[in-house]
Amino acid sequence: MTITVDGISKRFGKFQALDNVSLDIPEGKLTALLGPSGSGKTTLLRIIAGLESADNGQIAFSGQDVTNLHVRDRNIGFVFQHYALFRHMTVAENIAFGLNALPRKQRPPKAKIQKRVSELLEMIQLPHLAQRFPAQLSGGQKQRVALARSIATRPKVLLLDEPFGALDAKVRKDLRRWLRNLHDEFHFTSLFVTHDQEEALELSDQVVVMSQGHVEQVNEPTELYARPDSRFVFDFLGQVNVLSGEVKHGTLSQGNAWVTVPGIQHQGDAQLYLRPHEVRLATAPSPRANLPLRIEAVSLIGSEVRVELRPEGWESEGSDNIWEVGISHAEFNQQRPVRGDLRYAVPEVGHLFTGTGARPATVGWAEAEQTPNIRLIN
Amino acid sequence: MNNSQSSRHRRVGDSPVVKWLLTGLAITVATALLIVPLLVIFYEALGAGWGTLADNLLDQYTLHAIGLTLFVAALTVPLNLVFGTALAWLVTRFRFPGRKLLITLIDIPFAVSPVVAGLLYLLLYGRNGWIGGWLAGHDVQLMFSWPGIVMVTVFVTCPFVARELIPLMQQQGSEEEEAGVVLGASGWRIFRTITLPNIKWALIYGVVLTNARAVGEFGAVSVVSGNIRGQTNTLPLHVELLYQDYNIVGAFTSASLLAGIAVFTLAVKGFVEWRQARTLNRLQTEEIAQ
Repeated sequence: MTITVDGISKRFGKFQALDNVSLDIPEGKLTALLGPSGSGKTTLLRIIAGLESADNGQIAFSGQDVTNLHVRDRNIGFVFQHYALFRHMTVAENIAFGLNALPRKQRPPKAKIQKRVSELLEMIQLPHLAQRFPAQLSGGQKQRVALARSIATRPKVLLLDEPFGALDAKVRKDLRRWLRNLHDEFHFTSLFVTHDQEEALELSDQVVVMSQGHVEQVNEPTELYARPDSRFVFDFLGQVNVLSGEVKHGTLSQGNAWVTVPGIQHQGDAQLYLRPHEVRLATAPSPRANLPLRIEAVSLIGSEVRVELRPEGWESEGSDNIWEVGISHAEFNQQRPVRGDLRYAVPEVGHLFTGTGARPATVGWAEAEQTPNIRLIN
Repeated sequence: MNNSQSSRHRRVGDSPVVKWLLTGLAITVATALLIVPLLVIFYEALGAGWGTLADNLLDQYTLHAIGLTLFVAALTVPLNLVFGTALAWLVTRFRFPGRKLLITLIDIPFAVSPVVAGLLYLLLYGRNGWIGGWLAGHDVQLMFSWPGIVMVTVFVTCPFVARELIPLMQQQGSEEEEAGVVLGASGWRIFRTITLPNIKWALIYGVVLTNARAVGEFGAVSVVSGNIRGQTNTLPLHVELLYQDYNIVGAFTSASLLAGIAVFTLAVKGFVEWRQARTLNRLQTEEIAQ
């Protein structure tokens, strides 16, 4: 079932939560609504569910207008951030609720309901907890029960409001994987809200980035990360290092820092955005750039070594004025960078924003210089 | 180090003298003001022996007063149960202009002296009042008969149920009900299977308090009832009437009935509180055990 959002606006008093949002959610895909708090993502989800009504615009399921259809009749599964399990019912009763609430004509007989409930308990791997009450479950267990409850009536659409937001990191990771498998098995159209970019990129087939009631960009996770359309998406998706300055005769400079920008025609203000993996650290300036930075911290946790650096003699854009560069453990063992060392950032690939509202231009130095990969020579 | 030091320094006000002084004072005051008067009621009622007690209880006017009091409570409690639940639902589940004001207004019956409430009703619904005059023209009499007594009792007791429910329903939020409606449940089903079980104990608590006040209300009822023996005399009014007739034992007999209802109410209240605490405790220990 596809979901079509057409020109939805919603206002809470003076606050414009959604401003003329249009969106297509493809059938059978797992789509993420990603954005900071106040971006309107939860409001949009609740409007799609029918828990909130829009001031303007239409919602359609598979081309059929459901804008004025009551939430009760939309036949969707909805998972709440704080589970919203019925606290005085057992796990089994919670899961059976939707089936028992069906109109008499559609309601399956008692034995069938029981069978379905035990199937679902099996699926969430909690058959031994059927007679427990929600207060007796851990957060991860509660969320699995909530999921089982929401899909008991076999809805075509599954909507999840920050489903893992209240869980700790380890449980969240397990549940994410589990949801992914569940989705692959049942192929409903799923839409989930999250403010966690990692979760969105890891879990979804398509990410919708929202900000201040607008859709900023819609794309597949890999594309979105590699080619953000706007400064906002760049900032919001992952760490980014920024050099903001003025372009003159093919060189972007600020303070004592400069970067050559091959093939640029633009003159004036510009910002260069670099991902942590698109930058190399060298002990001396290179012909393509002079970006002196002093090492603030080195973190060895993870598959990559994360180095935090503070610009020396110039300023990075952003509140904390810190650059982050990822280097491999092999490089780390070779160079042994420590706090206080001076390094020079050498960009490999960058994204240049000129003017407002324009999409960034990708800048590739290696190709321009026609040199083999410098990383190997080092 | 730190521990041994802090154990030598007592907390402020933790000296044994202060402790025993306060405890003694509390016990003395409670005994003099609460326990002794309560015991005296039963003592005086039984002062002339069991036979007199039975005679006083079986007096036709006393029996009528008991009947009227129970009748008024039986009408008031369900009315305020429905009203209080609906009101709590309204102010906790919907956002509308004037919502905060409404929550404040619920407390008016607590803030206003019951006599003033009775007087207002008398002025409004009495024969010479705005509405009462019109009703009298249609042969309907509210004041100085049982409908008036019920009306002021409902007014005086209306905050109890709502006051108990509003904080609880605010704290519980509406997510469970939203989950219910998403799962296709009708409004009535949601109320019956989700909302009601969640507020059950608070509701019972509110009903117990409403009932206690409805049975014991004196001020407002005395203004609108007219004190007609065997017709509009409720039990609290009957106590006063008997006392003015110098029937001291009779007055204390009726008073002992009211006191008995009060003790029973307290017992039920204690039980409900114990149940609530136990449920809460069990859930908490289970959560810790996880």
